Amino acid sequence: MKIVVLLKMVPDVVEELELGPDGRSLDLELLRLIINERDEHALEQALLLKERHGGTVTVVALDAPEIDDVLFTALARGVDRVVKIEGAPETLTTHGAASLLAGGLPDIPDLLPADLLLTGCQAMDDLDAQTGPFLAQRLGLPYVGVISGVEVDLEAQRAFVSKEYPGGMHGDFEVTLPALLGIQAAATAPRYVPVAKVRAAMQSGEVEAISPSAQPEPPLVEVLKMMKLEAAGHAEMLEGSVEEVAGRVAELLGERGLL
Amino acid sequence: MAGNIWVMAEQWNGGISEVTYELLALGRELADGLGVSLEVVLLGHEAEELAAGLGEADVVLYGDDPALQEPTAEAYSRVLTAVIRERGPHGILIPVTNVTWDLLGLLPAELGAPLLNFCKDVGVADGRLEARCLLYGGKMEANVAATGTPAILGVMAGARAADGPAAGEAPPIERFPVSLPEAPRTELQRYVEAEAGDVDLTQQEVLVAVGRGIGFQDNVELAEELAEELGGAVCGSRPVIDQGWLSLSRQIGKSGVIVKPRLYVAAGISGAPEHVEGMKDSEMIIAINTDPEAPIFSVAHYGIVEDANDVMEALTEAIQEAKG
Repeated sequence: MKIVVLLKMVPDVVEELELGPDGRSLDLELLRLIINERDEHALEQALLLKERHGGTVTVVALDAPEIDDVLFTALARGVDRVVKIEGAPETLTTHGAASLLAGGLPDIPDLLPADLLLTGCQAMDDLDAQTGPFLAQRLGLPYVGVISGVEVDLEAQRAFVSKEYPGGMHGDFEVTLPALLGIQAAATAPRYVPVAKVRAAMQSGEVEAISPSAQPEPPLVEVLKMMKLEAAGHAEMLEGSVEEVAGRVAELLGERGLL
Repeated sequence: MAGNIWVMAEQWNGGISEVTYELLALGRELADGLGVSLEVVLLGHEAEELAAGLGEADVVLYGDDPALQEPTAEAYSRVLTAVIRERGPHGILIPVTNVTWDLLGLLPAELGAPLLNFCKDVGVADGRLEARCLLYGGKMEANVAATGTPAILGVMAGARAADGPAAGEAPPIERFPVSLPEAPRTELQRYVEAEAGDVDLTQQEVLVAVGRGIGFQDNVELAEELAEELGGAVCGSRPVIDQGWLSLSRQIGKSGVIVKPRLYVAAGISGAPEHVEGMKDSEMIIAINTDPEAPIFSVAHYGIVEDANDVMEALTEAIQEAKG
């Protein structure tokens, strides 16, 4: 089975986020990028399917700071081939990035058609597009997202996927292959890979690079102004030592009859 | 003449979701602001009676086909694309839920139309729609305008208060023809009910919720001790469930359970919109997080910028002391 996983780098929201000088985007100088968490689950799901059905997993990502490390780590986890698409402007919106990917994928030799393309069903920087459905539409593939379970019947060219609904409900879908799936969670948590293995992959592995023939599509939305959420605007912040704060909370709970 | 404002009714599993009425309240403001009509789109199969509660809208545009019985994004996107191209609405409000999530991706791609996602509010400025959108796990907000029409707007739950189905006379229904000539490539086979958990989280008066910020699975124990002292139960946000630290039945949020306990302690939870949706109506929310800019502090009543594990431990002791 031939599987393609699409990875994307997003701001690490655990870190402090600062506005850039234009007041309409993040300050890229200070930004720490990490792999989109849902994409990590997509990668894990791909590796689980490869273990079960054989075949190959190729990871494709837009070029970004530290993307090589991410791609070598993917090789160390068991991916067969990693490709980065170069020439992405720094300030692409989700729509721009997805359109560059859609234009670049057909340029990668021996990649398409694949049986299955997997990506995260959501990313921290989603605003004006979702990568998965956008690619599916441009590549003419069926799409189902918010998936937390994938089974494949290769002979029948079908995937059986479990989509999450509100309230803990699931929907079982049958999907015709080839297809693009938006992964919410892999069957098991993304695997850990020792640093030594990543180093070995850096020694022996190769990150392919391609320049796409297509340009990103122009944006259809205009960000007028960006601002930090006034996080503490609502909460009364309790200050002091941990013990003092705990004592104060216990008092508050007592006053409300919660003890 | 500007096009009308549309609201996409969320219809699934035999009913209309509550969030639909919230969007109708918002849609009414926008339609009045633009001086146009408010129309609600209802897709389904033999589901016309569901239109009765949608009276906030001036008209119900109803499309019927066996393939539309449940909202699969492929069929919905095709049908909507056709009717949108034909009638040219100004903007379409679609709720952001797991039911509609795929449609929010496919529809703008199909139409080549602007998408404004995660809107917590939408208004009219200079004759165009302008939204306040949540970004980066709810840590940032942006004012965003669509540069063209039709604009697709993904609207979060809670954007407006809603009173539920409209009373009084059913709105006029306008059926439009549906054509789905190609065989579907994605088919819903069945719904699977939620795994019954060992506790019903919706019935708990006190919940201690843990997130990634507790660091390690072993620290779930600190939450269990605190919950026991408070006579409540432990639950968690998505990352904790994905790590396998808690079972799926303990998940609060968009894919999980919606709760309104008397007390909700959010320990090491950043407050991503998907989580907040599940707990924002709790009577008293106490949030503990090392990041002073964590969005959870915007919904909490009391905030503590500390390590969640330290505070949970100290709080358990303080409560034991207070109880004597």
